[in-house]
Amino acid sequence: MTQQTLTKRNRMSRDVVKRRAGKALKWFSIAFFMFITVFPFYWMLNLSFRPFQDVLTDPTRLVPRIEDIQTVLRPLRCIFGGDTEFCDAAVRNSSYAAVLIEFNFLRFIRNSLILAGATVVMSLIIAVPSSYAMSRLRFRGREAMKVGILLIYLFPGIVISIPLFVFFIRIQQSLGIQLRNPIGVSLIYLASTLPLALYMLSGYFQTIPPDLEEAARIDGASRLRALWLVTIPLAAPAIATVGLYVFMIAWNEFLFALLFLVENPDAWTLPLGLQQLDSQEVPRTFLMAGSVIITVPILIIFFFIERFLTGGLTAGGVKG
Amino acid sequence: MQDAQVEQGPGNGGRQQQKRRRRMTLAAREARLAYLLVVPGILLVLLIILFPMIWNIVLSFRPIRFRDLPELNLFDFSELTLDNYRDGFGPRFWAALRVTMIYTVASTVGAIVLGLWAALVAKEKFRGRGAFRALILFPYIAPVVSSAFIWRLMLDKNFGIVNAALGLEGRDSIGWLTSRSAEMPFLGGIELPIALLTVIAFEIWRYFPFAFLFILARIQAIPSDMYEAAQVDGASPSQQLRYITLPQLRTVIATLFILRFIWTFYKFEDIYLLNGGAAGTEVLTVQIFNWLFARRNIGVAAALGVGLAAALIIFVGVYQRRVGAEE
Repeated sequence: MTQQTLTKRNRMSRDVVKRRAGKALKWFSIAFFMFITVFPFYWMLNLSFRPFQDVLTDPTRLVPRIEDIQTVLRPLRCIFGGDTEFCDAAVRNSSYAAVLIEFNFLRFIRNSLILAGATVVMSLIIAVPSSYAMSRLRFRGREAMKVGILLIYLFPGIVISIPLFVFFIRIQQSLGIQLRNPIGVSLIYLASTLPLALYMLSGYFQTIPPDLEEAARIDGASRLRALWLVTIPLAAPAIATVGLYVFMIAWNEFLFALLFLVENPDAWTLPLGLQQLDSQEVPRTFLMAGSVIITVPILIIFFFIERFLTGGLTAGGVKG
Repeated sequence: MQDAQVEQGPGNGGRQQQKRRRRMTLAAREARLAYLLVVPGILLVLLIILFPMIWNIVLSFRPIRFRDLPELNLFDFSELTLDNYRDGFGPRFWAALRVTMIYTVASTVGAIVLGLWAALVAKEKFRGRGAFRALILFPYIAPVVSSAFIWRLMLDKNFGIVNAALGLEGRDSIGWLTSRSAEMPFLGGIELPIALLTVIAFEIWRYFPFAFLFILARIQAIPSDMYEAAQVDGASPSQQLRYITLPQLRTVIATLFILRFIWTFYKFEDIYLLNGGAAGTEVLTVQIFNWLFARRNIGVAAALGVGLAAALIIFVGVYQRRVGAEE
């Protein structure tokens, strides 16, 4: 009897210990993951507001000094011109102002916006009708096309970059068409994001009941008109998500920008401009200001589409 | 032609014939519309991805250097040679292939393990779970250029936070990305291939959120009555993990492994931006880039590109065969 209660109590306390250990492990894990994912980005922000000299003397300072933040922020108004005497001197002490004004990041922002924007527009113009056809219309070769998309998805970018590099130079010299510019690069982005866009969109179109569209067609609308008036509005959230995702890919892309735009500084995108900033003459903290400028828009976009995106991504596979 | 045949059909059952004809033309029209809609995308992909991939093979058999580009005739097949393969596939290639394999397998496995752990945490209920799930994806969506620079500054030998936080100063400080091997003062002085380990850690950090997303989605699809039944039978949480959750995750983990393996195998930017392939981290893609732009030898770069694709196909084929045999 006593023996029994004893083992029972023993087991109970063992369960309590186990549960407590489990709880501790859970909170330790949460803290660990939050630390490794958020701290590096916090550190980027921190370094971007500190003078490089301060980073050298005090590498572990967790928060920038107030006066350092002011030195960085005040010259930002020089973007809009103004007091040249103040600006000329102050810009060099402000990581953000220096990157934006002296190192042309304003221009790179514009270039990146145009390039990524054009890629999104072209990608949707091609992907929406194609994915509609793939999910709704019957035609020979449809299954082969689906498999083909998955295979294209796995192509090595560095391998096609060699022949593309040769082609673009030859096309320029023999036909006079320059493709080593944002147009050529956006064509490559378009081709490489297309499989993904097709995949995500056709998955979504399949979830829209065809009855709605058939009702419109009974009323006399043509297939394309029904697509335009019924299916596209219904798929708007998915189309927006795919568009923003393509935008993110084009905004972040580095290899093809490096290959085809590096000789043309006026056309540099943000990632390429940032990479070119990496030299001994530029204070390291400027690199962090540049990184903040590239990263923040992406994080904001991501918060808008997080819910849709995680669903759309895990429905299949996504290139990374 | 089909239409003509139908029209010539015998008179009896004419209505049915007519009906059939309309159905066929409808199907034909549907297919025609479909082709019209998919053709632009197919053309683009053929032109920009498939055609270059095939032409890369042709380039690999031709002695082309940068200086030949202005007068290069793309369709001149008179000078085909195996020299590129002889020059490219020397000891340096095999060293890079070895590094690539280590880098790929370690990063892939590491990302899946970390992603699995994060997903097991995120399936529990706790305050701030939504924020946890969103924030954990940061490394995956942030531009690689920023991430690489952040790591480089954090790991800098002289002013990096990591060395400072570990109390490593002066001669003790570690060049995380610049030393081929270093003695770890806090691990009893073991020698480790430190730069390679660091780029692997970067790759794991950047891609575990991807594994996390997929594994979490799969975990949430496991019916909850399986757990309820196990609880009734008195299964402990660790038993539930071992006998219910993990078996259910086998397929998704196998898929993740193959996807991440392929994508890591030809990853270029990450190592290029972190340390340019220095200190024992030269993977195949970086070596191809160096042949192209440092040595300006297009033919050899193309040959290595073929080698890279071939190696990938072989590894994936072997993996598929083994996994396929298991199931």
